[in-house]
Amino acid sequence: MIKSNSGIRKTDVINRRMFIIGAAKVVVFAGIVARLFSLQINENKKYLTLSDKNRIREWKLPPTRGNIVDYFGNVIAGNLKVYQLHIIPEQVENFNYLLVRLKNLLNLSDKKIARINKLKAELKPWDSIIVSENLSWSQFVKINNYLYDLVGVKPVMTISRNYPFNDVYTHVLGYVSQPNEKEILNNQIIQERFVPGMKIGKLGLEKRLENHLIGTNAIQRYEVNAYGKRINQLEHQKGQQGSKIRLTVDTEIQKACRELLNEKAGSISVMDIYTGDIIAMYSSPSYDPNLFLFGISQDEWQLIRNNPLKPLINKTLSGLYSPGSTIKPIVALSALENNVIDTKFKVKCTGKMELYGQTFHCWKEKGHGWVSLKNAMKQSCDTYFYEVSRLLGVDRLNITAEKFGLGKKVLGEYFDNEKKGLFPNTKWKKNNLGRGWVLGETLITGIGQGYIQSTPLQLCMMTAQIANGGYAIKPKIIVDSNPISYEDAKQSMESGLLFDSNSDSLLDKKLFKNKKNIKIVQESMFASTNERFGTSYKSRIDDPKYQFAGKTGTAQVKKISKRERELDLELEQIPYKDRDHALYVAYGPYVNPRYALSIIIEHGGSGSKAAAPIAKKLFKLIIDRHELRNKQSNFERITI
Amino acid sequence: MFQHDRLNSEITLLQKIKNLDYTLLISVTLLSVISVLVMYSTDGGEILFHTKNHFLKLAVFFPLMIFVALFNIKFWHNFSYIIYFIVMLLLIYVSFFGIKASGSQRWMDVYFFVLQPSELMKIAIIMCLAKYYHRLKVENVNSFTSITIVLSVIIIPTIFVVSQPDLGTSILIALSGLIILWLGGVKIKYFIYSFITFLISLPFIISFLKPYQKLRILTFLDPDRDPLGAGYQIIQSKIAIGSGGLDGKGFLKGTQSYLDFLPEKHTDFIFTLFSEEFGFVGSVGLLILYSIIIFRIIRIGSISRSNFARLFCFGYAFAIFIYIVVNLSMVLGLLPIVGSPLPIMSYGGSSMLATMIGFGIVLSAKINHKQMIA
Repeated sequence: MIKSNSGIRKTDVINRRMFIIGAAKVVVFAGIVARLFSLQINENKKYLTLSDKNRIREWKLPPTRGNIVDYFGNVIAGNLKVYQLHIIPEQVENFNYLLVRLKNLLNLSDKKIARINKLKAELKPWDSIIVSENLSWSQFVKINNYLYDLVGVKPVMTISRNYPFNDVYTHVLGYVSQPNEKEILNNQIIQERFVPGMKIGKLGLEKRLENHLIGTNAIQRYEVNAYGKRINQLEHQKGQQGSKIRLTVDTEIQKACRELLNEKAGSISVMDIYTGDIIAMYSSPSYDPNLFLFGISQDEWQLIRNNPLKPLINKTLSGLYSPGSTIKPIVALSALENNVIDTKFKVKCTGKMELYGQTFHCWKEKGHGWVSLKNAMKQSCDTYFYEVSRLLGVDRLNITAEKFGLGKKVLGEYFDNEKKGLFPNTKWKKNNLGRGWVLGETLITGIGQGYIQSTPLQLCMMTAQIANGGYAIKPKIIVDSNPISYEDAKQSMESGLLFDSNSDSLLDKKLFKNKKNIKIVQESMFASTNERFGTSYKSRIDDPKYQFAGKTGTAQVKKISKRERELDLELEQIPYKDRDHALYVAYGPYVNPRYALSIIIEHGGSGSKAAAPIAKKLFKLIIDRHELRNKQSNFERITI
Repeated sequence: MFQHDRLNSEITLLQKIKNLDYTLLISVTLLSVISVLVMYSTDGGEILFHTKNHFLKLAVFFPLMIFVALFNIKFWHNFSYIIYFIVMLLLIYVSFFGIKASGSQRWMDVYFFVLQPSELMKIAIIMCLAKYYHRLKVENVNSFTSITIVLSVIIIPTIFVVSQPDLGTSILIALSGLIILWLGGVKIKYFIYSFITFLISLPFIISFLKPYQKLRILTFLDPDRDPLGAGYQIIQSKIAIGSGGLDGKGFLKGTQSYLDFLPEKHTDFIFTLFSEEFGFVGSVGLLILYSIIIFRIIRIGSISRSNFARLFCFGYAFAIFIYIVVNLSMVLGLLPIVGSPLPIMSYGGSSMLATMIGFGIVLSAKINHKQMIA
């Protein structure tokens, strides 16, 4: 067998066949090497990227909002370190024991405990649960003391919005809170930077300037395993804080406004008559925006919501009031400009005026006798202004009023809740009410009643434009990239030209035909405050440094019946809701005026008793702060 | 053993050791060292369960290989049928009493070790058929009887293994058997006809596949159809290999495996980790090492005087080649995923045991290459 032919033949067969598969093997191995080459050399980049995508995960941290500062650089919306308590479920040995311990340490409610348990079920075991967003320092210390016993608990320091002046700026700044789905979807920037726990502006400037204030996320890169668990931190990329926004407001004056309106419903606006800078803008009552940061409690929210003085309404911008007698300077100016009257023009006031069988009363029942413009303004004689507006007509009055900013938004672009008010004319009535204008309506428009509606800020701007000699100003609350200085503004106005900060050009913004007419109105407003029998004479300041000119106003909220007129009730005897609104507009100092203000006290009674005395207290402070304000010229340029 | 080879009784133990094939021995040793290091890496750079056990198994099975080599090749020839039948009995045993794990029943507990008889069948079938063709006259190779016998020898264990179910191993067993048929001289046209028949009946076969096996084929054709489910393994495997680049991410620095993105990294996907950490250079190096082993086995076969040794060596060399090709093609996304380990590298005792026994027989053939078997 060994030497047999067949044995050798078999070996040959085996060897030949082996050779064939041997060659096949080489081909197959070459194919595998080619595949390796294609994956590892040709497509290496692609797979390296995929591998990094696998293992590297980014965690965005909430961005730090930019600070908002007042004119003097005081932070009025800043950021505060807050202490939070997180639980990392996977590190907890006994979850129920831990919750019982925490409940005792922090006085957590049963509802909160239930919520934590729910979160635990929803989240991955290594995702932290935020037990408390804002621990007090003493709670934080307590937790740290017991940390040895609280396995899996992580005390965390983080940054949160803070409003150091509490309710002083609420209506200007608004507040921040957790965004809802719609807010995230509607804003590309918020959408990109959103992380749980992030807060966005909900109201006011915080909302309007969201894209400037928001800041960029800090990013932490972690290596994660296939289950998404963080293994180690690779890098930390710092975020950039949002832009700092500087406002024109003065916190000292704003605070004073708050004090002066304490427990009253009303508003105070103070404005630079040349630059249009809003020095103060306070609506009373206000509420504490800090309450909204970590979710306001139902009780606190109901307290704010149900307050009869309506703290949620920004009265300065959204409150619509009849201007009452504060409109009279505009009526007088319009009549003078249209040559309807002159300074010598006189009307006899008998306490009432009859027109087509209707009686129009002057506030003074006995009448003022023969009054000229100056006296009529001083004593706020209604009969005189009935007659003047009758002669003038509502349409000519409307033109002057609108020139001075009535019926138009003052800060429109910054606050969505600003109202534009209304200054009627015949066309408006025809278009909107479908009826013809009645002369009697002209008369009551002339004393600031009837259809006419204005916001306190409009009245302030109106007064400012009278005070500066009749030039248009563009009120603003943010110190922008191209701030106009007080001197520049004043000079350009006096030379008849106005410096426009937005277009960098000098524009003619003259609101008058004859400068003399402005002067006459100014003088009559001076008389109203500083001469005997003036309606705000009691609130005057004799020191020329602080001396101011103003005009009171008392706006009826309902028609006075004949019976009520006869009774002549004291303020306290009238139900709160039916009491008149008290108004006062003023500017000062009378020589070289610088600031204008408007004050409204809702249901405060008469302007001379309720509103004007507030101006007296405020003016001293405003003028005293003027020098400081003037020195504060280190503008930081911000482009909005 | 001496009673079996009186003729060679003059070969002393020392001479036997001297006659071992050192190229093969060194290559296998090197492969073993690499496998322990890679196992150490799969354990995250610590000596944990897999590293310890893998080392322990090498420590037992490497000497076993030498021990097997010390027996005369005639001894293995004589016992080939018996070994085949014993392994066959074990296969039958596990199909009734085997340990079930992850949906299949293919293991048996042998006190110190969990044995997978199907792995041993990979060697046993080569031995059995090598002996059969050794004894068969050339004239009878293509006779109906002999073809029926050899096909039964292949099909019976294959069916048992398929039913475990273990498609990967059954394919390897069948291929190991078929290669001996090829080497034995079965007409080429039979192979061609069978292959054509196989292709035609492929849709029919597929309809018999289990749902998860069908899914594997679909996934192979388009891994991105379910990237987190069925396609996950192959996608992650390709990412690991591809991201390795030219020279790899470095030992113990394979992020895909370290961060648990790689499934089955100890067993079937061990090459993925190796390739991620050592790159193209390392992978080709490993292939060269395997090629040396295969080449040495073929060389030993070709110097063997007996056709049994020759057939066994050529068959075994081909089997090793097939294991490697199937495993690498699978992890490289060239074939659907079928469970098949990479010889020596993969964690798994039975596979290593079978491989080492195979090497042992090859070494025995080398020592006794002049031995003739009647």
